[in-house]
Amino acid sequence: MLNQLTISELTSRLARRDISARELTQACLDQIARVDGTVHAFISHDPADALAQADAADHELAAGVTFAQKPLLGIPIAIKDVLAVKGHPLNCGSKILGKFISPYDATVIEKMKAAGAVVFGRLNMDEFAMGSSTETSAFGITRNPWDPSRIPGGSSGGSAAAVAADEAIATLGTDTGGSIRQPAALCGCVGLKPTYGRVSRYGLTAFASSLDQIGPFTKNIEDAARLLGVISGHDPKDSTSVAEPVPDYVAALDGQIRGLKLGLPKEYLIGGLDPEVKAAVDAAVKQYAALGAEIVDISLPHTDYAVATYYIVATAEASANLARFDGIRYGQRVDGADPIELYTRTRGAGFGAEVKRRIILGTYVLSSGYYDAYYLRAQKVRTLIRNDFLNAFKQVDAIITPTAPTAAFKIGEKSGDPLQMYLSDIFTISCNLAGISGISLPCGFTRSPKLPIGLQLLGQPFGEATLLKLAHAYEQSTPWHREKPAPIA
Amino acid sequence: MEYEAVIGLETHVQLNTKSKMWCGCANAYGAAPNTQVCPVCLGLPGVLPVPNEEALRKTTLTGYLLNCEIPRFAKFDRKNYFYPDAPKNYQLTQYDKPTTANGFVEFEFQGGLARVRITRAHLEEDVGKSFHFDRNSGVDFNRAGVPLMEIVSEPDITSADMAYEYLNALKDILLYGGVSDCDMEKGMVRCDVNVSVRPVGTQELGAKIEIKNMNSFSGVRRALEYEIPRQIAVVKAGGKLIQSTRRWDDTTGITEEMRTKEHAHDYRYFPEPDMMPLAPTDEWLAEVRKLVVELPLARKQRFIREYSLPAPDAETFKNDVALGNYFEPLAKQSSNPKAVANWVINNLRAKLTELNEREKTEQSELGIEPADLQLTTLADLKFPPAALLELVGLVEAKTISNAAAQQVFAEMFATGKTPAAIVQEKGLAQVSDTGAIEKLCDEAIAASPGPVADYRAGKAAALNALKGYVMKLSKGKANPALAGEILERKLKG
Amino acid sequence: MAATDIDVKYVAHLARIGLTPDEEVKMSAHLAGILGYIEKLKELDVTGVEPTAHAVPMVNVLRPDVVRPSLAHEAAMSNAPAKANGLFLVPKIVE
Ligand SMILES: [Mg+2]
Ligand SMILES: [Zn+2]
Repeated sequence: MLNQLTISELTSRLARRDISARELTQACLDQIARVDGTVHAFISHDPADALAQADAADHELAAGVTFAQKPLLGIPIAIKDVLAVKGHPLNCGSKILGKFISPYDATVIEKMKAAGAVVFGRLNMDEFAMGSSTETSAFGITRNPWDPSRIPGGSSGGSAAAVAADEAIATLGTDTGGSIRQPAALCGCVGLKPTYGRVSRYGLTAFASSLDQIGPFTKNIEDAARLLGVISGHDPKDSTSVAEPVPDYVAALDGQIRGLKLGLPKEYLIGGLDPEVKAAVDAAVKQYAALGAEIVDISLPHTDYAVATYYIVATAEASANLARFDGIRYGQRVDGADPIELYTRTRGAGFGAEVKRRIILGTYVLSSGYYDAYYLRAQKVRTLIRNDFLNAFKQVDAIITPTAPTAAFKIGEKSGDPLQMYLSDIFTISCNLAGISGISLPCGFTRSPKLPIGLQLLGQPFGEATLLKLAHAYEQSTPWHREKPAPIA
Repeated sequence: MEYEAVIGLETHVQLNTKSKMWCGCANAYGAAPNTQVCPVCLGLPGVLPVPNEEALRKTTLTGYLLNCEIPRFAKFDRKNYFYPDAPKNYQLTQYDKPTTANGFVEFEFQGGLARVRITRAHLEEDVGKSFHFDRNSGVDFNRAGVPLMEIVSEPDITSADMAYEYLNALKDILLYGGVSDCDMEKGMVRCDVNVSVRPVGTQELGAKIEIKNMNSFSGVRRALEYEIPRQIAVVKAGGKLIQSTRRWDDTTGITEEMRTKEHAHDYRYFPEPDMMPLAPTDEWLAEVRKLVVELPLARKQRFIREYSLPAPDAETFKNDVALGNYFEPLAKQSSNPKAVANWVINNLRAKLTELNEREKTEQSELGIEPADLQLTTLADLKFPPAALLELVGLVEAKTISNAAAQQVFAEMFATGKTPAAIVQEKGLAQVSDTGAIEKLCDEAIAASPGPVADYRAGKAAALNALKGYVMKLSKGKANPALAGEILERKLKG
Repeated sequence: MAATDIDVKYVAHLARIGLTPDEEVKMSAHLAGILGYIEKLKELDVTGVEPTAHAVPMVNVLRPDVVRPSLAHEAAMSNAPAKANGLFLVPKIVE
């Protein structure tokens, strides 16, 4: 089935005109029709628009446009509901945006369109990317294709599930504290969080501005390299985007990892680590050693403070970022006698419990008398956490850890206890605080039920090429990425 | 007990950049509502601000003009508050690391020089404009995101008049620096006042009361003229003032309480994560320094000193920069700069004003919009500046009389001909030939028995009538001093 | 300062979020738990540590003063919940 193939496989077949972009897009749409009733990865999608884009791609292919010119020509790629696509709805998994239609494209969307991709669909997510299970969406829960009684991870649960269920060839998600890597791990696909500043955030509805990055979900490492190459690069519309040249990430996948040093941080052996997850990661470490990488024990001494730091920094920024959802210029308005009443009603009705909780926490840590004790202190601890990583990278090329402490948990299992939910991001959060790069790739399965386990590699700032090289070498020597979820087969 | 006022001002000034502060929308006044807006300045989900370098340059230049330090590190912060005219419900501003700090403004006040210290001039963004209807308000976001500079003074101002003079001095400086058009009617300068009162001779500050909503400098003065006696009356009557914010009502001329300290805002400032800090380099600052201009007060003082001008003339040249710039090179070449100043101010400026008034009437009768009026400026004059210098020289050398000089000026203004040519053409050269004037004097005496009798009866002023008669006979060419001498001699003899 | 002294009603008002009495109770309990956990940051000595506001250090990111096209008026107003005469309408602003 075409929708099960990778970008690399599809581009060669499209180039040979073996298949058409329309057939490929139709295959994805058919799969959505078949499985999305169960998975619910999509909030909405517009089949006619997707097919029209596919037809346009077919015309270009017929006219001789090459994949060197347009590396994603005719490839259906679905988008997390937090990224602005001109003329399409933008809801961020929330009620508060109402019938909002974006009048502009995010920079990554412009880049994907320029690369010829069939950009389609609105993928489900935790409301405003706040969550680790996609249960806080106002548009219903997304189910894990490996076990529909379980969560797909979050916040980019729809992005991960859509790739795992072959509903799109690849997807885009966003990662503020693990929101790409954790769902990728739980759904058994590849998810990459680029270095802060690598990919423009223009058009990404901000959750926490200093932590958010956009990244790809793919079926394998080579596809991640392809997609990252398209969406990376400096953007004058984003002051935090970095003018660092974009290397040829696909060319970096040469298998040459002999002598590369992988750091194994002792702080990641925490109490809550599931034995099966630990066993899978231990096996991956052995595999790397067998492939010629050097394993080095390292320490990231401030790891234990990352979750607390994150929930101050991220919620503070979010409290301001989400102030614009007020029912004045756009979105679902609940009227009031004066603007203050309009605001409190609109925001009271429009935001879900988790978003309210985080806005109120963020407002509190910035409020008069508490700023120094909470926000300023957290910013200082952030420096210590970042320094831990920069020191580690003086010794090693990348750091290896589990992506999540457990495999996918049951729907509802943690939704009553926000703190337990926050702690499920314990391995992924430091990466965002430090602004470095990270990737999750499949490294095995739990026995019963059979659920994917994710391996996380953390890289230097702008070290994505090395991360991809390492991930690719492991992937090519293991079978995990070829497995498909049985429940939706 | 005597009380004194302690006043500090926060002045917001729109910078005259081409584009807005964070986006490429035009920074222009007067467009139809919500036509100069984009996703960024409407605060749509996902947008990001990128600061306008020119706005930063103009703020830094203002810092130099206000004798400020320019710190090597500055940043933007978010000031959180909900208001319908604020697209993001936070304002981007500079909280604890402003682009400029610790300066002062000097200006003339009550016959001397006053100095008001400047705490800071920082960069921020303007908000949208609200219109109020019966049951609704409507918001136009064209103004949202226009670069706004906030200039905060220390509480060094002691009276309503001093506040007024400070604001005018500040406005002059900003106009000189070319950083703002300072058009009050277009809301380009807005001002909040902090005022408290205390017994004369004490140092402790009284409860600080903020007044908002003044839309002119005279509004600020009137608000203070109301508020200072009000506060003094309260304390004198044994009352207690509390920190609060009051609104000035320009129609009724009073201030009313808006909120007290218990209801003060909690702005939750924090560093803007969407923008990087500012660390101006030596090279960049050197480029800005090149834009520094002479301050208005310095110019006035220099004109008085270097060209021996009376203060009102120097003031005219301070206020009318173009006229002063026209004057200055001529003054440098003239042995009598004061006479040049007279010609520039009393003749040239008057003539230009008169011409332009006429043009305005004619063009508006033709239906030309005020903004499109074609008016004459100093650059459009038909004669070169050197011609004015030549004219002054002719008067100085007594080649022509003052009266003739007026004619020459009118002619050169109208035609651009040189003064020499006009004098020649019209035969305006002054007659200093004693014989010729003697004859005219005799004629005048013969024709004016009345004035002659008056003069002889001791009315010295009657001589002017006879002198006028001689001038008339000579068609203005007779040297008036000489004519006076001869007449006197003849009548006494 | 006790970690759990958060006045949810006041902070929710600052954030302009209406909460039902029931939500307020739940919110207080959850926030008390989270703030209790966050207390662990106080164990660390952060004397002399510079705060990190940006993960990637850069300075002077500026744009040239160039005018670019705005949105068409209709597009700018297209998502407005209430509009008239080219303006975004709100309940009467009184302060
Ligand atoms: Mg201000
Ligand atoms: Zn704009």
